[in-house]
Amino acid sequence: MRLLVENGRVVDPASGRDERADVAIAAGRIVAIGRAPADFQPERRIDASGCIVMPGLVDLAVRLREPGHEHEGMLQSELRAAAAGGVTSLVCPPDTDPPLDEPGLVEMLKFRARRLSSCRLFPLGALTRGLQGDALTEMAHLSEAGCVGFSQADHPVRDTNLLMRALQYAATFGHTVWLRPQDAWLATGVAASGAVATRLGLSSVPVAAETVALHTIIELVRATGARVHLCRLSSAAGVALVRRAKAEGLPITADVNGQSLHLTDVDIGYFNADMRLSPPLRQQADRDALRRGLADGTIDALVSDHNPVADDAKNLPFAEAEPGASAVELLLSLALKWGQDDGVGLAATLARVTSDPARVLGASLGALAASAGRLVEGGVADVCVFDPQPTWQVSRHTLRSQGKHTPFDFAATGTALPGRVLATVLAGGVSHEDEPVATAWPSGAR
Amino acid sequence: MLSRRNPQLNAHGELIHLLSIEGLPREVLVHILDTAGTFLSVNEREVKKVPLLRGKSVFNLFFENSTRTRTTFEIAAKRLSADVINLDIARSSTAKGETLLDTIANLSAMHADMFVVRHGESGAPHLIARHCASHVHVVNAGDGRHAHPTQGLLDMYAIRHYKTDFSQLTVAIVGDIVHSRVARSDIHALTTLGVPEVRVVGPRTLVPADLRAMGVRVCHDMAEGMRDADVIIMLRLQNERMSGAMLPSAAEFAKTFGLTPDKLALARPDAIVMHPGPINRGVEIDSSVADGQASVILPQVTFGIAVRMAVMSIIAGNEA
Repeated sequence: MRLLVENGRVVDPASGRDERADVAIAAGRIVAIGRAPADFQPERRIDASGCIVMPGLVDLAVRLREPGHEHEGMLQSELRAAAAGGVTSLVCPPDTDPPLDEPGLVEMLKFRARRLSSCRLFPLGALTRGLQGDALTEMAHLSEAGCVGFSQADHPVRDTNLLMRALQYAATFGHTVWLRPQDAWLATGVAASGAVATRLGLSSVPVAAETVALHTIIELVRATGARVHLCRLSSAAGVALVRRAKAEGLPITADVNGQSLHLTDVDIGYFNADMRLSPPLRQQADRDALRRGLADGTIDALVSDHNPVADDAKNLPFAEAEPGASAVELLLSLALKWGQDDGVGLAATLARVTSDPARVLGASLGALAASAGRLVEGGVADVCVFDPQPTWQVSRHTLRSQGKHTPFDFAATGTALPGRVLATVLAGGVSHEDEPVATAWPSGAR
Repeated sequence: MLSRRNPQLNAHGELIHLLSIEGLPREVLVHILDTAGTFLSVNEREVKKVPLLRGKSVFNLFFENSTRTRTTFEIAAKRLSADVINLDIARSSTAKGETLLDTIANLSAMHADMFVVRHGESGAPHLIARHCASHVHVVNAGDGRHAHPTQGLLDMYAIRHYKTDFSQLTVAIVGDIVHSRVARSDIHALTTLGVPEVRVVGPRTLVPADLRAMGVRVCHDMAEGMRDADVIIMLRLQNERMSGAMLPSAAEFAKTFGLTPDKLALARPDAIVMHPGPINRGVEIDSSVADGQASVILPQVTFGIAVRMAVMSIIAGNEA
């Protein structure tokens, strides 16, 4: 299909391009940015007047609940939700049931995702068999099947000898190991240590749960030379450790989720289980440090940490409620809000959800590595068109994810979010188009 | 921020549920204590009944075992002429896999007027109050580590009874604060009623420094905690915490933070000693102190009935 996205403001963070231009697309690739070739005959046009045309978002953390937890989220519903959020590439952790520790499972998942044509799917393989933490998986086979890295999802490796061996083995083949810095013994609580958890009588997770694990991981990276991506930093002390490790030149990257970037433990209010998240929401000083870390590049990527949870698993006393929130549809808006609040320029803001996460994935993207998260002539046509003007109210009723739980529900926060995705283009085809602004509110209307 | 309104109060600021002492205005607490005073005499009459809750159904929902608290709620409801239904949920529906909210929906369909809830998880009564029919009132009878508001109120009743004026007092709460819902409710009540010095006393494993944010002085030394105290509230040390990562042994706790006559001697000569019960003699409290002059442990139990009558009659009279 030949598609012309016309009259938009094209922002490509990787190249620094920011200009009014048309984007001509044919056969899944970007043919021209600027003026379409004279002989270009589009079959479809998207009018992007007043809108921003950017690379499709790359989300490094979208938990799919299929296979094993289809009652909480189907591949179809969650990939559609991703497309609605402007996301064209997503990375999923291996903690499905069964976990992604066999090439056949990975191939099946990739095959099904391809057929849905909503979003590119890049699975992480299990680092250890069954995520049990005691035997390595067949990384060469899994990577051939399409895994872009190896991870334990939220299951920490308790055995540090095994962790070191896993890093050595992965480094042999140049694979990146994705780790949640979380000490298994210290991270058993349900809220962050601090005045709120103490007052509400909730068991708590101290900052040391993150820093002890970070110290261990950083030391093992130093020893093995393995490339590690740190998932979901949550504390100021954690950011400081990562900053030092990067200054030393260690091959480390890191991400933070939109929840930790915008909320604190005070938002738990009267035991609101939508605020039951992992990592737990920490304090103002932590949130500020995470925001600064994301701005200065200590933290490479902003992720949605999308995790659809069924009502039955959420409508429980706070500690019994399953942690997680549906968030992939909100990723762009949460990035924009952070950029606006902290005075981060538009290009830098968008980089954290496009070219920077693509850089984290690096060579594991294969042929896509040169153009994923970017707008490049001749490159793959993954594009997001959004209107920066309207603010909108998040509501469980309008979420496309099968999970209906979000800590950003307007009824709870009283805060509207900026930016509205109007269209998403995946490999030259339209994977999402917004209905005529049903839930969007012009700014200033409230 | 609609959902941030204190869920215990209606739009007129009247008490419709009792979930926690936190956030309740001083006048509400004083009103409960004053009302309890009028019920105290009912309990001494030959016919110990008033008709305030006649025709109302009070369901005691105990998801966690407790004989004493359930009995005092049952007595209080019966003296208000309510019909009382005791449900030992720990051994019935949830054991069959029914969810908490399904249980509540079923009982609401039986036209309950009030739920008295004890649950092992902090915040469970809030969840119930948020999901039950609007005419149903919820009283928290203890949730996890979070709150035990009627115990807090009866402790305030006892303190007011013996000490009259809250504004001159030093109160020490001793023992396992971090796991104690009683301690949290006492702290909120004491600070709301204007007690200038509330101390929490115990080892660092059981008394986190974060408690300062609740307006208390944190003491890790028993002598410092006891010095010139007017009121000493000893907490029960749960059996499962007597040895492990929190404490090495009950004997060592008795030696360091148990209330013995010599430690009590550091407090003011007219100090009173309280305990929510059941007591572990020889662990957190020496027998000679529990049975001694300063102890008001048994009067606390008597006040507890009147305070629970007051709470139930007040919330039943207010509409959501």
